[in-house]
Amino acid sequence: MNLDAKIPSGPMAQKWDKHQFDLKLVNPANKRKYEVIVVGSGLAGASAAATLAELGYNVKCFCFQDSPRRAHSIAAQGGINAAKNYQNDGDSVHRLFYDTVKGGDYRSREANVHRLAQVSVNIIDQCAAQGVPFAREYGGLLANRSFGGAQVSRTFYARGQTGQQLLLGAYSSLSRQIGLGKVQMFPRTEMLDVVLVDGHAKGIVVRDMVSGEISRHSAHAVVLATGGYGNAFFLSTNAMGCNVTAAFRAYKRGAAFANPCYTQIHPTCIPVSGEHQSKLTLMSESLRNDGRVWVPKSQAVAEKIRKGELKASDVAETDRDYYLERKYPSFGNLVPRDVASRNAKEACDEGRGVVGSGLGVYLDFEDAIKRLGEGAVRERYGNLFDMYEKITGSNAYQNPMTIFPAVHYTMGGLWVDYNLMSNVPGLYVVGEANFSDHGANRLGASALMQGLADGYFVLPYTIGQYLAEVGPDDRPDTNSAEFVGTEETVRAQIDKLLSIKGKRTPTSFHRELGQIMWDKCGMARSKAGLEAAIKKIPELRAEFWDNLNVPGENGSLNQSLEQAGRVADFLEFGELMCRDALQREESCGGHFREEHQTPEGEAKRDDENFSFVGAWEYKGENQTPELHKENLVYEEVKMTQRSYK
Amino acid sequence: MDKLMNLKLKVWRQDNADDVGRFEEYEAHDISPDMSFLEMLDVVNEGLIESGKEPIAFDSDCREGICGTCSMVINGAAHGGQKGTTACQLHMRHFSDGMTITVEPWRATAFPVHRDLVVDRTAFDRIQQKGGFISVRTGSVPDANAIPVPKDQSDLAMDAAQCIGCGACVAACKNASAMLFVAAKISHLSLVPQGQPERERRALAMVKQMDDEGFGNCTVTGSCEAVCPKEISLDFIARMNREYGRALIKKGTI
Amino acid sequence: MELRNSIDGGRGLYDTFVQLMDFITGIFKTSLGRKYLMAITGAGLFGFVVMHMLGNLLVFAGPAAINEYAAKLQGLGPLLWVARIGLLGMVGLHIWSAIKLTSENREARTVEYDAAVEPVDAHRRGDIVAKFAARTMIFSGLIIAAFAFYHLAHYTWKVPQINGAGADFELFYVAADFTTTLEGGEEGKDHADIFKMIVTGFKVPAVSVFYVVAVGLLCFHLSHGLSAMFQSLGVKNKNIAPWMDRFAVCASALIFLGYISIPVCVLAGFIK
Repeated sequence: MNLDAKIPSGPMAQKWDKHQFDLKLVNPANKRKYEVIVVGSGLAGASAAATLAELGYNVKCFCFQDSPRRAHSIAAQGGINAAKNYQNDGDSVHRLFYDTVKGGDYRSREANVHRLAQVSVNIIDQCAAQGVPFAREYGGLLANRSFGGAQVSRTFYARGQTGQQLLLGAYSSLSRQIGLGKVQMFPRTEMLDVVLVDGHAKGIVVRDMVSGEISRHSAHAVVLATGGYGNAFFLSTNAMGCNVTAAFRAYKRGAAFANPCYTQIHPTCIPVSGEHQSKLTLMSESLRNDGRVWVPKSQAVAEKIRKGELKASDVAETDRDYYLERKYPSFGNLVPRDVASRNAKEACDEGRGVVGSGLGVYLDFEDAIKRLGEGAVRERYGNLFDMYEKITGSNAYQNPMTIFPAVHYTMGGLWVDYNLMSNVPGLYVVGEANFSDHGANRLGASALMQGLADGYFVLPYTIGQYLAEVGPDDRPDTNSAEFVGTEETVRAQIDKLLSIKGKRTPTSFHRELGQIMWDKCGMARSKAGLEAAIKKIPELRAEFWDNLNVPGENGSLNQSLEQAGRVADFLEFGELMCRDALQREESCGGHFREEHQTPEGEAKRDDENFSFVGAWEYKGENQTPELHKENLVYEEVKMTQRSYK
Repeated sequence: MDKLMNLKLKVWRQDNADDVGRFEEYEAHDISPDMSFLEMLDVVNEGLIESGKEPIAFDSDCREGICGTCSMVINGAAHGGQKGTTACQLHMRHFSDGMTITVEPWRATAFPVHRDLVVDRTAFDRIQQKGGFISVRTGSVPDANAIPVPKDQSDLAMDAAQCIGCGACVAACKNASAMLFVAAKISHLSLVPQGQPERERRALAMVKQMDDEGFGNCTVTGSCEAVCPKEISLDFIARMNREYGRALIKKGTI
Repeated sequence: MELRNSIDGGRGLYDTFVQLMDFITGIFKTSLGRKYLMAITGAGLFGFVVMHMLGNLLVFAGPAAINEYAAKLQGLGPLLWVARIGLLGMVGLHIWSAIKLTSENREARTVEYDAAVEPVDAHRRGDIVAKFAARTMIFSGLIIAAFAFYHLAHYTWKVPQINGAGADFELFYVAADFTTTLEGGEEGKDHADIFKMIVTGFKVPAVSVFYVVAVGLLCFHLSHGLSAMFQSLGVKNKNIAPWMDRFAVCASALIFLGYISIPVCVLAGFIK
């Protein structure tokens, strides 16, 4: 497998500019002769589809939602980073680049990250011009805040809805192109396979989720913007529909899957309330600015709280363990996401959890209310407190909140080179679906930045190179053997799912897989646990194909069938995640191996042996996939160990 | 842990757009007050699948009240009628043991039913495609701070921009009018300076498409505002009317 | 372009004409345009209702006052006809747009919800369910129109068969002092005795009751219509909305009281 990252030569700061000049261009008159398929309509997909259409290409855009405006980018609350230095506080492209590489725990590709930081400034310009109502100061200029522990204020935001507002901006550009006839939009349409012709990605096979119709679409190139795979854990902050199917089926067709074990766990989510739980809700990290995290010192007290015999307010100050403040005196409650998450897990593992399930810790605002007054707390966090009350029925002004970590974002994804093309020629991957920019850990407010950078400013340039090379005639007929064959594979799988008629629902398999993943491949991973999971998951998969019950038929809207197809992929993909976590004998960013920690319990990287991208190649059904390595070379940034003591 | 509930559900079932549809009754057992309304339906659906029946089809995605996918009328009220709440954020603690709950899809000619509680809201997308944008090509834009926007104006634009396009306004309106949705979109873009060049054109085009889609008219009942999960104000409809009148006088036609 | 040059040699008159036609099409053919039409004609009709009431209230000032006022109105000649045609036009447009909008609304929602509205927040039921007045505008409006027709037949066309008093209003005339009954007056020459018509007309309890009910409906119609008018014209916002709504209610109530005071006083014998 060829993992040539195609990183341009020259000094870091000039690579992108130089590369843009070196890229081949498609003659303006020829652009209309090209067809590009974009799968997904989130920030990356919508911005890519709109921009490609503006350039003159014909675009077909597919999404499984009923409207391209609903992709899960919409749920991002906090903001979007950009190295604008509008606050004059010393920010720069280099600093954003440096912070992102460091935050990614030195497992990202420097050149990609530098480009991300460079184009970040254009994103804000673009979005403001689209009418995105960013927060402003009284002078009419854009407001910024510091986010996720960054030492400069470089985060732009639109109330608690930055994701939605940015997506609506991209969606408006996309809508304009749909109106102009340059983009053909296919909502409620799910991609089920990618079609390779002579080793190049030349089309996809999709299912119309309303009529069940399977259809083939050909193009000169295919762009996947299909998001992350957090739902492998069943419970995550992802939307119900988020899935790995498009990326995973591309993987099965030969695209390498990079760093699947890198998952980000967000520390401040609302704890699971019972078996019925379908998803988890994230509460802004900003709560940790004023809330204090604690659990009782003793298990006995925690036990009483869990049984409802004691309330938080009954626990004396001396019986409380503010463990983050105790262990990390200088950062206290503001330690990075992974550290906060792991410590919450640890406290709960010790039997000191404070919700019925045992999986929850307090986030207490009592002191903040005493210090600032309830009014000030309401002003800062009112909407979050309201949301908390809506979900839990508990008033956080009177009782402390309970929180627990949850899977939030996945840094891994399909392997791409500097041009965002996977190892399959003609197959591009953008946004959360690729692996490139966040390394082993993503910084707050960087996901939106990456999605839009890829879609607006990177892919539209780099795809031209490939299109120019293959020429306008390189678009196969959808009646060719490859297309027909791929459709048959898709139909065969659907028929199989429908014909098992066993006892268990797709959800029950998904939930069971999620439990395995959370226990063995969650916040803390161990060799023994991962090996157990690698043994267990194939068993569950076998049961799935033997005892699944999908009611109904293919010829109509069938949500069980949609779900079954996605769960089938998660059942294979989960194993791949565990394999990747197992091979990575180090701790870095969102990947914490219990065997590899400092005496203080901090993540311990092994730069000597693991400074590489782990890219997996599919080897066939029930075959062990093969690991390929892309070595990471750091020219600009010096590797250091993080410390938050 | 609070007491578990047993509920009766009366749910609209319809196999496809051509089917006449009917109500069917189900029982929901051991429902925890901590469940969301959609999680309660999940539980019912698991039971239906296990007993060999087809589950109730309903739309949902983010389940945190922001994507606007979930869409159902619960006891006659769109999203269930809790202030500023989508169906996915409505929790069962607001219902009581033994209650009968009627669940129906959005009802509007412009929102045909796909199946059960799932409706087709692409009419909203088509309205947006006619003018719900500011025509900017990627890259051809000035620096973000080159055009200052007064904070009050920007905040008001944000109030309108909060619309999640769920369609509850249409569902709640006795006339199935989409004016709150269209008004939110037109208001947002007409309030920011970047949206000025296309201001008249946008108002005329979006209103025309809204009419062509077969939505009804506003009779100022306020039902839309009352059920809107983002509490979009009726004031924006007045603003849209103003925008439209202005566009008619200044431009007349698109 | 040729057409344009042939009309005005390209001096812009054609463009103005086209724009005007677009404007008119926009008003008549779009939902928001028709709402404007509805609001503007509604405002005009409201103006008429107020003026008519003020004129009627002259009855309390005695026969001379109201008869003289009526005579002055009659004396306007062609102007009166302009006003009448204008009024008729407004009524026509108001009704036309109402019927058009209502039929569109019916088409937009062909299926009603099965369940009665019982929101989780029970106290918000009143906000979610459209107010009765708002739901029944077309009915109240059409009944008012029917009443207006009867009212015209009663007092303007003076059809004797429908006044229920067995009198012929065609024969009610006053002398030049506007007070003394004039037997055998002539139309166009002598002044009509409006005062006597009012007293005679409202002495019939059934007529008075019908009148009171119709005026009640009119005011009910106005209580929603007036506040919706401000919204349709785009002049409403949350700061002034409560005042506009209060204005709608108060104006409706005053109009109701103003109008019904006459039959009530006639029946009670205060006016004879």
